[in-house]
Amino acid sequence: MSGNRCAVIGVGQTEYRTKRRDVSIAGLVREAAARALADAELTWRDIDAVVLGKAPDLFEGVMMPEAYLADALGAAGKPIMRVHTAGSVGGSTALVGASLVQGGVHDRVLVVAFEKQSESNATWALSTHPPFNASLVVGAGGYFAPHIREYMRRSGAPGHIGTLVAVKDRRNALKNPYAHLKIPGIDRAMVESTPMLWEPIRYLETCPSSDGACALVLASEKAVTGTPAWVQGTAMRSEPIFRAGRDTVDPRAGRDCAADVYRQAGVTDPRREIDVAEVYVPFSWYEPMWLENLGFAAEGEGWKLTESGATALDGDIPWNPSGGVLSSNPIGASGLIRFAEAALQVRGMAGEHQVDGARRALGHAYGGGAQFFAMWMVGTDRP
Amino acid sequence: MPSEAPPETPPEAPSEVTAPPGDPAAEHVPGHVADHAVDHVLEFPGGYTRTTGPVIGRFLTELRDARIVGVRTADGRVLVPPLEYDPATGEDVTGEFAEVGPAGTVQSWAWVGDPRPEHPLDRPFAWALVRLDGADTALVHAVDAGDARAMRPGLRVRPRWRAERTGHITDIESFVPEVTRITSPVRTEYRLRPGRALTRFLEGVARGVLLGCRCDSCGKVYVPYRLSCPECGVAITEERELPDTGTVTTFAINNLPDPRAPQVPFVSAYILLDGADVPLIALVGDVPAHEVRQGMRVRAVWAPRQEWAPAPLSMSNITWFAPTGEPDAEL
Repeated sequence: MSGNRCAVIGVGQTEYRTKRRDVSIAGLVREAAARALADAELTWRDIDAVVLGKAPDLFEGVMMPEAYLADALGAAGKPIMRVHTAGSVGGSTALVGASLVQGGVHDRVLVVAFEKQSESNATWALSTHPPFNASLVVGAGGYFAPHIREYMRRSGAPGHIGTLVAVKDRRNALKNPYAHLKIPGIDRAMVESTPMLWEPIRYLETCPSSDGACALVLASEKAVTGTPAWVQGTAMRSEPIFRAGRDTVDPRAGRDCAADVYRQAGVTDPRREIDVAEVYVPFSWYEPMWLENLGFAAEGEGWKLTESGATALDGDIPWNPSGGVLSSNPIGASGLIRFAEAALQVRGMAGEHQVDGARRALGHAYGGGAQFFAMWMVGTDRP
Repeated sequence: MPSEAPPETPPEAPSEVTAPPGDPAAEHVPGHVADHAVDHVLEFPGGYTRTTGPVIGRFLTELRDARIVGVRTADGRVLVPPLEYDPATGEDVTGEFAEVGPAGTVQSWAWVGDPRPEHPLDRPFAWALVRLDGADTALVHAVDAGDARAMRPGLRVRPRWRAERTGHITDIESFVPEVTRITSPVRTEYRLRPGRALTRFLEGVARGVLLGCRCDSCGKVYVPYRLSCPECGVAITEERELPDTGTVTTFAINNLPDPRAPQVPFVSAYILLDGADVPLIALVGDVPAHEVRQGMRVRAVWAPRQEWAPAPLSMSNITWFAPTGEPDAEL
């Protein structure tokens, strides 16, 4: 791990809901930021710089929200910058913030990401149908379904694996006070009774649309207050969406990104050496797919790990104890929530969905056509 | 109506029909009993007078000044509208008036979908119990919410005052919801031109050809035609015409409508054209969605030549890809 030590010392989340009609966008991000500051026992004055992430401006139609939100995030007289890397943006935002600390530029950085999906229409914004398109149609949600179908063909995974993840993550969400989708009594029959939207993806195997924001306070070693989650490794990777030989089921950028983070954190066997992972799973089948891409299972074996219950909250490698993206999805913040939940776990502050004794946790985000990746490893041990 | 003459007395017809008063047509319907009703109005000339007393009078006087006050009871509650007595105990209220509101919260309501002439608004509205901020009781008034779906317990409302006030409850024309949302129209206009590579490709489609290219460095064949290799980063100079046949590598069955898709469900597929190294995303048609397979052989279905649009350049000359009937390819 290069650079100075960096730790997460504050985490703040809003309640994730379909519609947060009670707050403006500024109010929403302030809610998360104020909670992160309170967690770190700091005030706005203690922050050196602000990094803001969100998905495309067209989502809410607020162009350059970092300019509009600078004052709301206490950035008067301080640097503020915007990060955007499609769905992985929340993760990338944390990593840009961490790099400012690791590079010795700042001692305390506030990282915030948000989306207010109720003020917008993400499907519209992602399907603007410009002229001169060389493709003959694909619905926004239909983009990932072919990759899932290909995963099922290659691995021979039985059809109910996606259902198991959809149930497991929503049951976890019942233990998370911030989670959006809370479906008491959810079971396989309920998930299987919902219609196919983009076959093979069912309605309850997809993520919701949420309003929400998440914030972190990152600190250099000398500025640590409270309980730190030490950043043990960080990496981002990208790859072109159309490249001959590109493996859309098991993207090279994801493998490379994980390998980089594991190397920095000294992890050689992720299944054994990582205690808990918060991984970007917006469609339930991406759990077995990413189990393989991230090296928790051999190629074609990820679904067996899911089926065995290993990724459940009481399994040996819990994935998404918070309920994950399948339960809360303020798009721009969804990656940062993964990173924040990983930090909460190693700080022992995850409440009812705490994994006992978690000492090392992976936070993961991906975006675009599964072509942008951001990951970090956080732990109780100083790197 | 059927062409034959109707029977004199249809079996389902009631034996006596009472027409609404004042409907002249009804009085001349054969077989109907005439209605002899007439209108009669009883209205005291100029309206009755009411002495308000000190408590209601204070309330109405404040209303005229666009303020709302309540009166405090002996046990400290604030009654709005005020009364001279505490209805719970029968005791006199105190002489203390307290300004309340002007905002308040809807507790309950009845929606009036079809207002009568004497109603305060000429459009659908709610009769609501509104508890004004600082009051312990609710006031009945109209809420101009536009739509019944806008009404809910806890809705925050404020009075809309009349410009000319006389000291009457109707000095408040109605209550209206607080402002919680605005619409913010955003519109940007672009003038788009396809780049050189896409122009070349779509010009090919316009004359019935699928144009790809081959990278000198890695030997991979790309379609649509492009000017550089995403893997090697070098310029591509070799054009290559590709056949309009290929293999479905994978696909989605879309059950949600899409304005550009001809039907629901529709199949969007990755199609690897023969001789290409990257798939195109395209529709698959002329086959039931659930019969599409990975490995299925397909061919482009071109629209009839006379329907080919000269401009703007697009993929519209290809309707979709359809199965060729050949055996499936190995994936």
